[in-house]
Amino acid sequence: MPQTITINGKERQVDAADDTPLLWIIRDELNLTGTKFGCGVAACGACTIHVDGQPMRSCQARLSMVRGKNITTIEGIEGKAATAVQSAWRELNVVQCGYCQSGQIMSAIALLEDNKNPSDAEIDSAMSGNACRCATYQRIRKAIHLAAEKLEA
Amino acid sequence: MTAKTSLTPTRRNFLKGIAATGAALTIGFTPEGLLAAGPADAILNPFVRVASDGTVTVILKHFEMGQGTTTGLTTLIAEEMDVDWDKIEFEFAPSDNKKYKNLAFGAQGTGGSSAIANSFMQYRMAGAAAKELIVRAAATAWGVNTTEIIVENSQLTAGDKTAHFGEFVAAAAKLKTTGEPTLKDPKDFRLIGKESLPRKDNSDKTDGTAMFGMDVKVPNMVYAVILRSPRFGGKLKSFDVTKAKEVKGFFKVKELGDGKGLAVYAASTWSAISARKAIETKWDFASAENRSSSQMAEDHLEALKKEPQFHIHKDMTSEKTTKIIEAADKKLEAEFLLPLLAHAPMEPLNCVIEPKDDGSIVLHDGCQFPALVHPTISKILGLPLEKVSIKTVYAGGSFGRRANGTSDYAAEAAEAYKLLGNKKAVKLIWTREDDLAGGYYRPMAAHGIKIGVNEDGTLKGWNHHIVTQSIVKGTPFAANMIKDGVDDTSVEGVADTDYTLPNMAVGLTNWHSPMKVLWWRSVGHSHSAYAMEVAMDMAAKAAGSDPLAFRLAHLNSGTKDQARLAAVLKLAAEKSGWSETPAEGRARGIAAHKSFGSYVAEVVEISDNNGEIKIERVTCAVDCGIPVNPDVIRAQMEGGIGYGIGHIMRDQITLDEGKVEQANFPDYEPLRIGDIGAIDVHIIPSTEPPTGVGEPGVPPAGPALANAIFALRGKPVLKLPMTENGVEFV
Ligand code: FES
Ligand code: FES
Repeated sequence: MPQTITINGKERQVDAADDTPLLWIIRDELNLTGTKFGCGVAACGACTIHVDGQPMRSCQARLSMVRGKNITTIEGIEGKAATAVQSAWRELNVVQCGYCQSGQIMSAIALLEDNKNPSDAEIDSAMSGNACRCATYQRIRKAIHLAAEKLEA
Repeated sequence: MTAKTSLTPTRRNFLKGIAATGAALTIGFTPEGLLAAGPADAILNPFVRVASDGTVTVILKHFEMGQGTTTGLTTLIAEEMDVDWDKIEFEFAPSDNKKYKNLAFGAQGTGGSSAIANSFMQYRMAGAAAKELIVRAAATAWGVNTTEIIVENSQLTAGDKTAHFGEFVAAAAKLKTTGEPTLKDPKDFRLIGKESLPRKDNSDKTDGTAMFGMDVKVPNMVYAVILRSPRFGGKLKSFDVTKAKEVKGFFKVKELGDGKGLAVYAASTWSAISARKAIETKWDFASAENRSSSQMAEDHLEALKKEPQFHIHKDMTSEKTTKIIEAADKKLEAEFLLPLLAHAPMEPLNCVIEPKDDGSIVLHDGCQFPALVHPTISKILGLPLEKVSIKTVYAGGSFGRRANGTSDYAAEAAEAYKLLGNKKAVKLIWTREDDLAGGYYRPMAAHGIKIGVNEDGTLKGWNHHIVTQSIVKGTPFAANMIKDGVDDTSVEGVADTDYTLPNMAVGLTNWHSPMKVLWWRSVGHSHSAYAMEVAMDMAAKAAGSDPLAFRLAHLNSGTKDQARLAAVLKLAAEKSGWSETPAEGRARGIAAHKSFGSYVAEVVEISDNNGEIKIERVTCAVDCGIPVNPDVIRAQMEGGIGYGIGHIMRDQITLDEGKVEQANFPDYEPLRIGDIGAIDVHIIPSTEPPTGVGEPGVPPAGPALANAIFALRGKPVLKLPMTENGVEFV
C-alpha cells in the first residue's frame, strides 16, 4: 500500500514491502542515489541520512520509523554547516573514490550542528561508524576542523 | 601487473598515432562519431575535444577509482594546452583497445600504478599538438606568425587581437599536424607540480551527484543478484524457489551455466536480495575447495621446510647458501605467514547491461580493464565486438578487484542478461556478503628466511623461500607474467630487492587451489615487503645495528636505485625525529620498499597504553619521479598507509572447511578514523620520469608498524593479522 514520506522537504509516495530498508526506497524508488549502500548492516555509514536532523543509517531504518518525520539526504542538505562542510571537503581534496563521502558528509554536518568546535577525539568518536576504504581519514579530520573554523567566521 | 615496456612513446610513434586519426582531424569527428558532441565541436586527437564555447574536454583512457586520474591526466593536457583549470573537463574514453591502450601493457586497462607513468608523455604531446593546431588556425585567421601568438588560460592573444580557443576550433579541426609538437620546458610548468590543484572530482563527490555503477538506472531494468556456491568450485545440484515466490517484487530465477549457481531477478535490489535468501539449494562439493584455512596455513609452513620448487637465482641455490649460513657466527630464522585478504572496495561490485534498439548493448561499469571485459561480454552474448560498448563511470574503489582474468562480475551480468532473453536491461548487484565470500583474494603467503650474520655485523648469507599461490596462472595474463613456471608477482620485492645482500638465494614453491586469487593493492609487494623489512630489522638487531643505519649500509653500492631508496629512508627518518630517543612508552619502526618504480620509506611511531598499542604518527617519504600532482601523491600515500596498516592490524579471510567465515564488515573490520593519529607525507623533488603512487604507499606501512612493535617488545610479529597474534590495539 502506498505511503507518504517527507524527504528533502517534499512529500513523496512510496510503495514497498514493509520490511524494505529505507536505503533501498531512497535509492531504487526515489532515485536519490547519493545515499550509498556499503554493507547493509550498520557497519559502514555510507547510507547515513538525517531524520529530524539526527544522523541515521538508512540501511537499518524502516518506513514505520520515519513516518511523520523529516528525512534529509545528501541531495537535500542546506544551511551553514552543510555549506561549510562541503567547501572544506573541496578545499582539502578529501575525496578519493568518493563512494563513502556522502555518508561522511552527513555525519560531519550532524556533528557540527551539535558541537561547534569538536576536538580530534570528539571527531574520531562521532565519525567512527563511517568507514572509508580509501582511508581519507586524515583529511576528514582536518576538513571538520576547517569547517568548524568557517562556521566561527 | 608489472610494467616492463618503455612508457615513453617515441615522438615518431606518437605522430604516427596522430596520423592514423588524420580523417578525424580533417573532418573534425571520429569516424565512429562516438566522441563528437556537437557540430561546432572538434576532436583534435583521441584525447582532446574543444567545444565552440572554448571548453576543453580531456578523454581519459584510465578509469577513476579514487587514485586521481581525472585530475592527473587532465593536468597533463591542461599544462601543455595552457587551458584555464576551471575550463577543462573530462570524460572517460570508450572501449577502444587501439586508441586507448595502456602503454605499459599494450591493452586498455588500469593497474600496476601506471596511469600517470604511461600517459605522461602521451597526454602532454596530445595537449601540445592540440594547442599547436589552434594556434595555427588563429595565425592564419589573423594573418600573423604563430610565434606572435601568446596562449594563457585558454585565451589567445596577438597584439591587440584576442580570442578564446573555441573561436578557432572549426578551423583547427581542418588542419593536419606537422612535425613534432613542442613540449614545455619543465621550468615553465604552471600546473604540473603545483601544490594545491583542486581535484576534478571534488564537486560531484561531495553533493551526491557523482555517478557510480551502483547508481545507474536505465529504462526497463531488472535487478539481479547471484546465488553462488558456498564453497569455491561447488556445483549446483538442485534448488527450490517456492518461498522466494512469496517475496514482493520477485520476478524469476535462472540457472547459470556449469552449475555455477542461480541468477535471481526482481523489481528492486531489496526484493532480489530477499528472494535469494528464500531459495533453498543443494550443492555438489566433490571438486570444491573443502579445506580450512588453518589446514592451508599448515601446508604452506610445511612446504617451507622442503626444497623450493624453483630457484630464482640460478647461481645461488638454497643448498649453496645454507652451507654458507651454517658457517656464520650468528644465525637467524623466521617463518612469516600472511593470510588471505579481500579487497572490499567501498562500492560492492555491480554493473548494468542495457540493450539498444539496433541490437547492440552498453555495459555501464566502473570498468578497470576494457581490453578484457569487452571481448568477454561479446563472446558470452554472441555479439561482434562493435555491437558492445562500455560506458565507464566512477568506480567506488577497486584495489585490484575490478581487474581480473575472467572479468567475473561483468561476465555474470552478461550471462544473467542472456538468460533473460537478451531484451531486458539487467543490473547485477553484489552485496558486501557476496564480496567478502567472493574469492579473488590476495593469496596466502609464507616466507621462510634464514640469515647468517658475521661477528662484525655484516651479513654472510640470506636464504629466502616463498610459498604462495600464483595470481596469474590460468589467466590471460599468464603468457606475459609467468616465466619458466615462476609468476613474477610471487617473488617481486624479494628476488629484485634493492638491498645488496650477499649470497642471497630466493626459492619459490607454488601452492594450488580451485579458489581464485588476485592482485591486491601492491600485488606481491603486499606480502614480500612485510617479510623482507621485518627480517631486515631482525638482522639489524643481530648485527647490533640501528635499523636505519643497517639499511643504509646495504644500499651503498652507488646505483641510482639504491641512492633513491636511501634518500627516502633518510628523509623519513629525519622528519620523524628518528635520531632522538622516543618518549617513555613509545617506539618507532622504519621500513622502505620500492614498487612500481617508486621509492617509499615510512616511520611508524606507536605508544603503549597498558599493553594496548596506539599508532600515533606515520611519517612517509616518497620519490615517484616528477611529482605531477603533489596533493594527489600525498593522498595516495595516506590512503596506501591506511590500507596497508588496517589489514595488517586485524584483517583476514578464513575458511572453515571451504566456507568463508567473514560475512560482512564487522568480521572484516575496516581501518577506522581513530586508528592512526596523524600521517605526514614528504615528496622528494625529482626530474626523473613520473612513476606510480596508487600502490607504493602500501608495502612499507605494515612492516614499519611491525618494526615499531618489535622495538617496543623485543619480539617480532611473524604471523598476521596482528590482533590474532598477540597484539592488541587501543
Ligand atoms: S550500508 Fe548502512 S551502514 Fe553500511
Ligand atoms: S573515498 Fe573511497 S571509500 Fe572513502
